[in-house]
Amino acid sequence: MASVGEEIILDLQKQSLREVNRSLHENSPSLAGQSIQILHPAGHHSVAAGVNVAAHIEVQGHVGYYAAGMTRQATITIDGNAGCGLAENMMSGQVRVKGNASTCAGATAHGGLLIIEGNAASRCGISLKGADIVVGGSVGHMSGFMAQAGRLVVCGDAGHGLGDSLYEAVIYVRGELYGLGADAQQQDMTDEDVAQLERLLAAAEFSHKPQEFKRIGSARTLYHWNPDADLEY
Amino acid sequence: MCGIVGLLAKTDDMRRELGQFVTPMFTCMAARGPDSGGLAVFRDPVDPPLARFSVYAPDRSYDWSRLDNSVGKLAASQNGNSFQVNPLENHAIVTAATDRDSFEAWLGEVDPSLYLISVGRSMDVFKDEGEPEEIARRYKFASMTGSHCVGHTRMATESAVTPVHSHPFTAGEDFCLVHNGSLSNPYMLRRKLEREGLKFDTDNDTEAACRYIEWRLQSGEELNDALQHAFRELDGFYTLLMATAEHLTLARDAFACKPAVVAETDQYVAVGSEFRSLAHLPDVDNANLFEPAPEEIYTWRV
Repeated sequence: MASVGEEIILDLQKQSLREVNRSLHENSPSLAGQSIQILHPAGHHSVAAGVNVAAHIEVQGHVGYYAAGMTRQATITIDGNAGCGLAENMMSGQVRVKGNASTCAGATAHGGLLIIEGNAASRCGISLKGADIVVGGSVGHMSGFMAQAGRLVVCGDAGHGLGDSLYEAVIYVRGELYGLGADAQQQDMTDEDVAQLERLLAAAEFSHKPQEFKRIGSARTLYHWNPDADLEY
Repeated sequence: MCGIVGLLAKTDDMRRELGQFVTPMFTCMAARGPDSGGLAVFRDPVDPPLARFSVYAPDRSYDWSRLDNSVGKLAASQNGNSFQVNPLENHAIVTAATDRDSFEAWLGEVDPSLYLISVGRSMDVFKDEGEPEEIARRYKFASMTGSHCVGHTRMATESAVTPVHSHPFTAGEDFCLVHNGSLSNPYMLRRKLEREGLKFDTDNDTEAACRYIEWRLQSGEELNDALQHAFRELDGFYTLLMATAEHLTLARDAFACKPAVVAETDQYVAVGSEFRSLAHLPDVDNANLFEPAPEEIYTWRV
């Protein structure tokens, strides 16, 4: 690990991905509060996955699949686009992507804040389990599928099948809704929704007003199996 | 899995170095498809009545001098020096003034162990089973020149691993297709097309898609209209990358669960299953980078 002043530099042109990730994992206690740059990611998969320390990590370029997956405590910024499964199953901390994210961003994430400044592709926040996701642009089809807890904030449009089979996660959309999934419904905004949106938009550094958003939640009709439904779902 | 790559050169410099740029794209995607690989390259067309035929020999040390146009049915139809055999390991690109049926009949006479894998005026196809890195080395992909190319690395899920089951698949003339995904109704399509008189080389699902789309082109449809029909008739998951002498065309199914990334600059259009296969391309960080949307057709003109 080369260190310039206080900043630690990890270069994927000079070190293997395994070496870079291992140095983030094995030196965890000493990295708390440190700034770390990861250079030349060149679309590698699993960049900065499994980090468990309150370090500030900046990735300079586009990353492949599962970047910043399983993150705990860390603040990770990706200055580029991210492939499938960005911040999958993150537990806490913050992940910010300055470009776009591919399918399944924030899938199963339990905690923390995921910010995507550009667009997210299909299935953003699928099976969300408690994290918050703020997308500056639009999300693709089947986003928020079976999301259980947490919030998905979409500043642009949402593709079809939004929130299909939602549990208790809540989705906020500022732009067009191209179609809600089974059991998802538009609901009235409460004061609590406005307060949460204000907090998340400020944290994500977007200037939209909470009042510009629509709230999508679960109609809770799929919570129990209905033998009389006759395949009408 | 399976990896797909495509590169369309917009400048003469890029055309001369097409193979240099596409080979790392192809070998990078070997991780997605380690059992076979192939590349279709489009070059300056030969003038009619000449046509280009890509021929595959299962014997890796095949003696290509056996392809002699003085024997059999091809003898009478040839004049002057138009007949050429350019061997490259166990492939040969044959240029001859004839059509597919006559050529295939002649090939059967000369040596029934040989396969005809593509016909056209611009397109050459090289494909085989084995590690994609080794295939790229053996067929000298890095030295290929041309206007555009389409490559594939295969991880077989639904039919055998053989040279003819590997991609690109071709049908008709100067048309090829590579596929990442799997179809659930290839036999239905196949029965439909067999009733129309089409012949199949394999039981592969991609071949069914390739022949279906080319059959629609033969009926006079434009590729976009043929693909609109394909969206309705192909059941399953697919990212399809196709090429004709004039176009490179990309389409994904409605679920869009098979990946693709596009990078476009003033110099090139590049398509790959994953961004890392494009990361070495010149000025890629400033390219227009995007993921193709579901059921959208993206076409670039050569």
